[in-house]
Amino acid sequence: MNQAIRNVWIAVIVFFVAIMGSLSYIQFFAADELNANPLNKRQLFRDFDLARGAILVDGNPIAESVQTDGQFEYQRIYNNPELYSHLTGFYSLAHGSTHLESYLNDWLTGRGDSQFFNRMMNIVSGANNEGSSVELTIDGELQREIYNLLPDGVQISAIVTDVKTGDIKAMVSKPSYDTNELAVHSTSEATANMDALLERAGLSPYVNPAIGHLSAPGSTFKILDVVAALESGEYDLETEIDNPQSVTLPGTSTPLTNFDQGICTQQEKAKLSFIIAQSCNTPFVEISQKVGAEALEDVAARFGFGERVEIPQRSAASVFPSDLDPAALAQSSIGERDVKATALQMNMVAMGIANDGVIMKPNLVEEIIAPDLKVLERPEPEEFSTATSKEVADQVAELMREPLKGGTAAAAQVPGLEIAAKTGTATLGDTGLVNSWITGFAPVDDPQYAVTIVAEKIDYETGHTLTSPNMKKILEAVFNK
Amino acid sequence: MNELRTAPVSRRNTELWLLILAMVVAVGAGYLAGLSNPEGLSPEFAKQGAVLCALALGMHIVLRIWAKYADPIILPCVVALNGIGVAMIHRLDITTGDTAATRQLLWTGVAMAAAMAVIWAIRDHRMLRRATYIFLMISGVLMVLPLIPGLGVEINGARIWVRLAGMSFQPGELAKITLSIFFAGYLSSNRDLILLAGRKIGPLQLPRVRDMAPMILAWGLSIGILILQRDLGSAILFFGLFMAMIYVATARISWIVIGLGLVAVGGLLAAQFMGHVERRINAWIHAFDPEVINAQYGSHQIVQGMFGLANGGLFGTGFGNGRPDLVPYANSDMIVTALGEELGLIGVIAVVLLYVLLVSRGIRAALGTRDAFGKLLASGLSFTIGLQCFVVIGGVTRLIPLTGLTTPFVAAGGSSLLANWIIIALLLLVSNNARKPVPSADLANEVVLKKEANA
Repeated sequence: MNQAIRNVWIAVIVFFVAIMGSLSYIQFFAADELNANPLNKRQLFRDFDLARGAILVDGNPIAESVQTDGQFEYQRIYNNPELYSHLTGFYSLAHGSTHLESYLNDWLTGRGDSQFFNRMMNIVSGANNEGSSVELTIDGELQREIYNLLPDGVQISAIVTDVKTGDIKAMVSKPSYDTNELAVHSTSEATANMDALLERAGLSPYVNPAIGHLSAPGSTFKILDVVAALESGEYDLETEIDNPQSVTLPGTSTPLTNFDQGICTQQEKAKLSFIIAQSCNTPFVEISQKVGAEALEDVAARFGFGERVEIPQRSAASVFPSDLDPAALAQSSIGERDVKATALQMNMVAMGIANDGVIMKPNLVEEIIAPDLKVLERPEPEEFSTATSKEVADQVAELMREPLKGGTAAAAQVPGLEIAAKTGTATLGDTGLVNSWITGFAPVDDPQYAVTIVAEKIDYETGHTLTSPNMKKILEAVFNK
Repeated sequence: MNELRTAPVSRRNTELWLLILAMVVAVGAGYLAGLSNPEGLSPEFAKQGAVLCALALGMHIVLRIWAKYADPIILPCVVALNGIGVAMIHRLDITTGDTAATRQLLWTGVAMAAAMAVIWAIRDHRMLRRATYIFLMISGVLMVLPLIPGLGVEINGARIWVRLAGMSFQPGELAKITLSIFFAGYLSSNRDLILLAGRKIGPLQLPRVRDMAPMILAWGLSIGILILQRDLGSAILFFGLFMAMIYVATARISWIVIGLGLVAVGGLLAAQFMGHVERRINAWIHAFDPEVINAQYGSHQIVQGMFGLANGGLFGTGFGNGRPDLVPYANSDMIVTALGEELGLIGVIAVVLLYVLLVSRGIRAALGTRDAFGKLLASGLSFTIGLQCFVVIGGVTRLIPLTGLTTPFVAAGGSSLLANWIIIALLLLVSNNARKPVPSADLANEVVLKKEANA
């Protein structure tokens, strides 16, 4: 009997060794992995007790952590939140973090690679880690002016970028919201606020419309058709192209027409300059069939379609579908059907044409500043892609002047400033609503800034008044005219 | 039965010193937990420390009078565990605004009073053997109580609670004691029969079918608990208890093989046809699947518990500096994760070692006592404590599927405390019997008991 009792003891000891083993595994060997698990909120709770770095515009904090007496040591505060909500995103206990608050988290919490030494020193000295601050490329004045001139009650985004560096000078979207509502520590309050925000039409605190909304780019896509046409050698600026009022899409009985109140009807055969100025549709049926789906797909890819751009938060990938049949290709070439683009994508198209065919990587981060004010990192301008040759880019730039000379973008004219731009209107099925676009740059001779505006899901008349006239105002603000 | 006769020394003084050490641990833990109070040292601290020390010393005195030769290590181990438990529960109260520690302290008082009463009333554990079948009846009643409409209540899907006068109680906790007594009594009377009969096939000595009846009964009982009360933890505990005791009685591996076979059959059936068992297993295997985490009875608590343990790391965050409150049932089923988070791997291993010591001393008492009943009882009860630790800690560390069982002495819960303290009282009595000098009168008594058994 005693031998059996001893064996029972051995069995119990085996049990205990097993649980000590599994405790050791979790608390020692797998601890780092578990602590880094995205489902683990403890890191977030710990971070709320740390001095998180600020996000700065022109040296002024638009997001900062201030000490409080509440549940945690610090409260995240957003200044002018409506101006910047879609850039900073929110830093919330209940809902996690988004946008820059999420993508810059390692810097803001002081966990970036360059801060490794400081962290080690803090462990030795017992001091708390402090996060670094991030200065943005945004021009605060411009951001505010654009925010004020865009109307409330519509879904609209505007982007201004420096074509030579890729720096984003302004990125505004409406509707906007107060990020402070989501930064409250009370989970119930934050959840109630989030629910209220999600009910607002056209708003999602999780999506920055300027880089996250994919919508049909309409005629702004014709810039890419022209690039493909000129690259193919089949067309030049003097080529006379058939411009009937209506053509039947190849292989179907569906007609594709020019805008019936437009000036396109005046010329049965037209050069690219007229076609671009008046945004005629029918010539692109021929052009698209001649250059072919592959060439168009290739041009679109070079301009950034299909890629998620990191500014550093990641944009949605714009879409130009492959394996198109001839009819679908013709419709896609005028930016309808399944072609989808972000506002940033169409801004990058303008950047590429402006900068001799080279697109600079769009970027929001100017520099990263340690708590001791030492600059830890200053991102250098980076090439995103060579989208086309300088020759083609120059020719397209010339063509893009035409819409301002009595064409579709005449309302964008600024006295004393040479502007290149292309408008677009994408009809959204049978809703009677359109996406209204304009994308362009200035000055044409020495391009500096690319500007893109898109008003989504809007009636044609209103959309028209929101794009070209606002382009004008934005360019006036940018160039102080 | 070979016996090692040590010189009869009381060793109560050793116990006193160890007890002082245990009280230092318990009061120290209470102090550190009390410091986590944002308004300064919690006023509860002094009360808790005083009550715990008074109870521990009371128990010590009871042992001095009525169980002079009892094992000197068991009581200090348990007092330390109980104190650490109260401290951690109090620390969680401070965060959540609960008063669970006060209830736990009250139940500690009740449980230790009951333990003292058991020692005073029974004196000699062999008395219990006379009532073997009465304990079987009591066990039956205790296990059926939660199923009686109006009396039993269902909490978190398990129907193992009885509510009387506003107090909830788990009779199953006491049933594990009464069943142990019954098993010990039954097996000590019938072991010869079970041992001698049966066929030998290869290395296995197979029992006769009719001797299998009690085992089948125990198995059916466990399955019954599983189906009627939906309590996987207790089912495992009861069956494990029975298997350990029948093994001790017969020393036959065949019983273990048959038992494990039955567990496999029962387990497979349960996993196939019982939703809650299936969910437990699913939550165990796919713990980190977000869908499983968010599901009802999903893996949320396992995952949170593991995050807590990982947060504690090697050295722990210290009392009040972690977030054990993020884990559901942090002060009861999941208290090990709270200890692991705030005391670190080192602290929680120290707690586990207290259990190792406790169980080992219980087993030692089983080895030392002279009667088969005592051996069976002490080894069965000790094994229960070990198995319960394994099921709970293995569950929260994802070694095995999580089942709802409490960590003995540490987790909040009155029934569990009461039952476990009574177990300690019984172990102390057996150990007292094992070590005390054998006067001739007692030897005579033993002969009488043997005659009774053989009659």
